[in-house]
Amino acid sequence: MVMTTNRAPLGLKLATIGGLVFLHFPILVIFLYAFTTEEASFTFPPPGLTLNWFPVTFSRSDFWDALRLSLGVAAVATIIALVLGTLTAGAVYRSNFFGREAISLLVILPLALPGIVTGIALRSAINLGNIEFSFWTIVVGHATFCIVTVYNNVIARLRRTARSQIEASMDLGASTFQTFRYVVLPNIATALLAGGMLAFALSFDEIIVTTFTAGQQQTLPIWIFSQLVRPRDRPVTNVAAIFVIATTLLPILLAYRFTRDSGE
Amino acid sequence: MASIPMVRGASAPNVLRRVSTFFYRHPNLSLALTLSLPLLWLGVIYLGSLVALLTQSFFYLDGFTGLVKREFTLRTYQELFTQANIDIMVRTVVMAAAVTVSCALLAFPLAYYMARYASYRVKGLLYLGVMLPLWSSYLVRVYSWKLILAQEGLFNWVIQQLGLTWLLNWLLGLPVIGGSSLSFSFLGLYIVFVYIWLPYMILPVNAALERVPKSVIEASSDLGARPGYTFRRIILPLAFPGVVAGSIFTFSLTLGDFIIPGIFGNSAYFIGQAVYSQQGSAGNIPLAAAFTVIPIVIMTIYLTTAKRLGAFEAL
Repeated sequence: MVMTTNRAPLGLKLATIGGLVFLHFPILVIFLYAFTTEEASFTFPPPGLTLNWFPVTFSRSDFWDALRLSLGVAAVATIIALVLGTLTAGAVYRSNFFGREAISLLVILPLALPGIVTGIALRSAINLGNIEFSFWTIVVGHATFCIVTVYNNVIARLRRTARSQIEASMDLGASTFQTFRYVVLPNIATALLAGGMLAFALSFDEIIVTTFTAGQQQTLPIWIFSQLVRPRDRPVTNVAAIFVIATTLLPILLAYRFTRDSGE
Repeated sequence: MASIPMVRGASAPNVLRRVSTFFYRHPNLSLALTLSLPLLWLGVIYLGSLVALLTQSFFYLDGFTGLVKREFTLRTYQELFTQANIDIMVRTVVMAAAVTVSCALLAFPLAYYMARYASYRVKGLLYLGVMLPLWSSYLVRVYSWKLILAQEGLFNWVIQQLGLTWLLNWLLGLPVIGGSSLSFSFLGLYIVFVYIWLPYMILPVNAALERVPKSVIEASSDLGARPGYTFRRIILPLAFPGVVAGSIFTFSLTLGDFIIPGIFGNSAYFIGQAVYSQQGSAGNIPLAAAFTVIPIVIMTIYLTTAKRLGAFEAL
């Protein structure tokens, strides 16, 4: 990639920095408040600092249970979304069939419609079918709105991949499966990774659909939400928040390195 | 590009090869097989649920027995269009529109700088800087604004240091958008909405801007256009589908959210809260279902328009 010769205007630079600060300083505020000695209100500046809230949080099994549930749901939902999203993208890319437009719309619908619609729709289906709330009712909801992120990434990459590569592979005698394994897959690998990342993030964060499909189970967002209404022990929520941010930072950094190495 | 091991290709199992050839000769069958799983999921589970929801909206809650009558009626829709409920819809749509416009204005400079001026390294860092808040828990980020906007919190402290308390009090004294404090007013609610959905706008706008060919910009300046003119006539129109794509997220997410208004709003409901309370404590699932038809109709119109504007290519 060639560097642009002209330099950015000062105003644009300032706006960019301003935007980044706006996006990040609230997260720093949480960090600060995880150390405050004030446990019932949000006084700024904090009256004193303490490390006490970390052991308090880590000793709570309800926190670990919620984290485990969220990670499990996000992992399974991401795998389902990867499979379904790639299949849909492949079909839409490859052929011009009747109803193609309808399918590309259907895929985006769960994310384009407000989450509450998806949530209450699944809830009414769960009610009508007398299904019990479980790990899988959460997964079904999450996978449904995660498909679109994988689909979007993969179809965008496929559109940029030269069709002639696939044709050349077939002409040289490779079977459909070999072409997929050695030509298509390496091409879409980073798109799959990016789509999977987004799907995982969406699922890990989700609270609106989850409220309707979880029953009594607590995912991490629901756990944090239930903590918000408790006026005591507020810094525990902050510590949990730091923990969440720290654990999600690692996969993003890895994914970032991975996409960079592949020359994206 | 990784080399393709041809030798291994030649020794591929015969059965696989035959299956492959069969599918190659029957493209319709292989297409149907590829699509069957996604269609089963989205068509049966998702659309099926939506149909179940819509069906419920034509039932009604019997006020005397408190039970849902399962027979076709438009009574619930009559109940939906009372003045109080129309206020809720207008309030939500106005908020969603304001948030969308603000997100677009805030996102554009960042997305533009990323696409046009940032070096390879800086671009990566900026991308990370936008993805990071998207990754961090939605609820945590909402909650952080409770810390910031609280009466005794950071924002008021800064305002006090700047000697601008009079300005804030004047803003909070305004009808409709004001309130007792920022953490219980539409003004605060609006700030939080913009903050939370901003990354969803930056990414598609940036994607659209990245796709503007450099040669087109160079051609424009070669033909004598000033940078400002090139920006208005070349870059902005080409980036517009990205803005529309981003607006699908910001608009729709604001339309259906009930967590943020629940934490920051006052007693004036938004659509999401109305749905949530109708299906929950009130137990009026037909009315909740009818309420969700409103965002469905709005988003259908929105998506149809967006598709016409080419926004789906920019997603």
